[in-house]
Amino acid sequence: MTFGLFLEWFIKSLVVILAMTIGFAYVTWFERRVLAKFQARIGPNRAGKEGLLQPVADALKLIFKEELVPANADKLIFILAPVITMIPALIITGVVPWGPPITLFGKTFTLSVSDINLGVLFILTVTSISIYGITLAGWSSNNKYATMGGLRATAQMISYELALGLAFIGPILIAGSMGINDIVNAQQHVWFVIYQPLGAIIYMIAAIAEINRSPFDMPEAEQELTAGYHTEYSGMKFALFFMAEYIKMIAICMIGASLFLGGYWGPGVAAYPWLGPLYLFIKVVILLFVLVWIRATLPRFRYDRLMAFGWKILFPLALLNVMVTALVITLVGG
Amino acid sequence: MREIQEFTLDELKHLFSPKALTGETMVLNMGPQHPSTHGVLRLILELDGEIVLNCVPDIGYLHTGIEKNMEGKTYQKAEVLTDRMDYMYTMGNNLVYCLAVEKLTELKSPARADAIRVILLELSRLQSHLLWIGTSALDLGAMSVFLYAMREREMILDVFELVSGQRMMTTFIRPGGLWRDVPVEFEAAVKKIVEVFPKRIDSYEALLTKNPIFMDRTKGIGKIDTKTALAWDVTGPTLRATGLAHDIRKANPYCGYEQYDFDIPTQTTGDVYGRYQVRVEEMRQSVRIVEQALNKLPYGPVRDNNPKFVPPPRSEIGVSMEALIHHFKLWTEGFIPPVGSVYCTIESPRGEMGLFLESDGSPKPYRAHYRTPSVPLLQIMPILSKGCFVADLIGIIGSIDIVLGDTDR
Repeated sequence: MTFGLFLEWFIKSLVVILAMTIGFAYVTWFERRVLAKFQARIGPNRAGKEGLLQPVADALKLIFKEELVPANADKLIFILAPVITMIPALIITGVVPWGPPITLFGKTFTLSVSDINLGVLFILTVTSISIYGITLAGWSSNNKYATMGGLRATAQMISYELALGLAFIGPILIAGSMGINDIVNAQQHVWFVIYQPLGAIIYMIAAIAEINRSPFDMPEAEQELTAGYHTEYSGMKFALFFMAEYIKMIAICMIGASLFLGGYWGPGVAAYPWLGPLYLFIKVVILLFVLVWIRATLPRFRYDRLMAFGWKILFPLALLNVMVTALVITLVGG
Repeated sequence: MREIQEFTLDELKHLFSPKALTGETMVLNMGPQHPSTHGVLRLILELDGEIVLNCVPDIGYLHTGIEKNMEGKTYQKAEVLTDRMDYMYTMGNNLVYCLAVEKLTELKSPARADAIRVILLELSRLQSHLLWIGTSALDLGAMSVFLYAMREREMILDVFELVSGQRMMTTFIRPGGLWRDVPVEFEAAVKKIVEVFPKRIDSYEALLTKNPIFMDRTKGIGKIDTKTALAWDVTGPTLRATGLAHDIRKANPYCGYEQYDFDIPTQTTGDVYGRYQVRVEEMRQSVRIVEQALNKLPYGPVRDNNPKFVPPPRSEIGVSMEALIHHFKLWTEGFIPPVGSVYCTIESPRGEMGLFLESDGSPKPYRAHYRTPSVPLLQIMPILSKGCFVADLIGIIGSIDIVLGDTDR
């Protein structure tokens, strides 16, 4: 490993982490403003123009809050849990390319932190780690509501991980590769959502369940479990959970865009590579809007019905989707 | 910390199965500080996983002593306290008190006052149901309906502010009629509500009624049959959702409800969804009643003119000796109804609201006791919630529409 390569990775990681953190801040702003529009309200508009400084104010507030640890909590795990949730959220997007390779100073750079050839598998592995953080947070708080939230998260993950994994297989089969870069490149002309409409829908549902967003927000159901697994968290530790949730929102939108909506590809990208990140950004914002829209519209699932839905409907459908895709590819001889 | 926990469980152990003591089942204290107990209700739950085995409602955290306080106030002043009871149906609290006083004293409220009372009462019912649809949908996780409902509720509160100067604690209905006539803008404001509301109710229904998740969360949950409901003295939409069309407005009309054409919506399922359907239909019927009452609003006085009970107009006090004496007597001693006791009932958005009022010939009530609909509704909580999930329990609390101020008074 040369120093140049190391520097390249370092800069790319820094860009991804900064982009995700700033992205998180503005996703909260985006969600609050859009939700307010849906709900005949105004939303935050006091701090800065159009409330654009609201995330900064929120962050400052959370930093200065007192860090409370409940008396009978398992201190080590209590402190570790937000970190376990946060780190995977940050590194998921490391394998997602933001644009076509560019040439700078006579050297070609790929626009992703790491272009490993098992990118999809990497995503699946890392997302399942973050659920440990939630379960451990619920357990270590020594609070009954938090424990129930943590347990719900576990049950939910088991039910949805399978469907999520099977939804990934469609694009993998068509592209013939597990690397995200290859999958994105295979969509230069036709997006996979055309070949895989069912797969895309299953991916979206399973991914929303994976990140505990409404209508699958049972682990943190405010009305039932006060705040679920993060009931006892305050200050920056709470902020880490909050960040993890929103960063995962961005991440699943980026992955969804890369697997089914052509990633950075769009008209003119081949000629002007700098359009790539812009297209990806637009696609992510559209998907984020869909997430907020769903939150504004739907009531919450019940936890047992969710598992029944995951196992009895989504899982067989995903399996069928994989079988049909495989069959068609074999017959066509792709 | 641990000692306190064991002490509380020890104290309550007769309410739970022996399994709770060994730790096989979990005892969960929900409330009084909880986002979805609609005020300060405390529920002690025995859970097996997420399944509710036992639910013990514990009331009294909002005890205000209103009934006792009323005994120490003259009849005019006691009325002001009634507003604070069921804070979602303040007009109704006033009305049942005024009906009881009117029955004691043989005061009579004029036709115009009755019609305005009906309009205001139905608007009150509408705003109570709006808050109910908002909060119960919010309990199930549908947050937009809440904000839409609050937007519409604002229109109704504006009307209350227009007529009385207050948004909630109005004390607008007085023994013998109303405090004063409504301003000229009143009719236009109510007409606007009548025009706008049917469409708005459609929009709530568009979000909820046919929503598969909503149906899944509410159908077959928190079931009760007519017989059990009657045995527990349950009234209102919860009873009507079991199939019995009992409504005081039809069974024992007051304020001229017999002149208006409206239906009593019923459902036979007796579950959360049934109660939802009944309430939504009741909102439509309320709009219908308001429209009829507004169309034939008679002209004339809005208060009985018996000077022994009703204060004279301000303009008369300066020129009439009699008026001055009456005014002085009314605001120092108060009025004295004959000895006797009465019981009056009205239909509140939650069920039958009754007032037993006893007069011992003094200017202060000897005893005032309210029969409020929320108490029986809370009593059936253990029946409704047996064997359901925690998530359903929240939906059930929302669906019976309790007001804790109504329970503890």
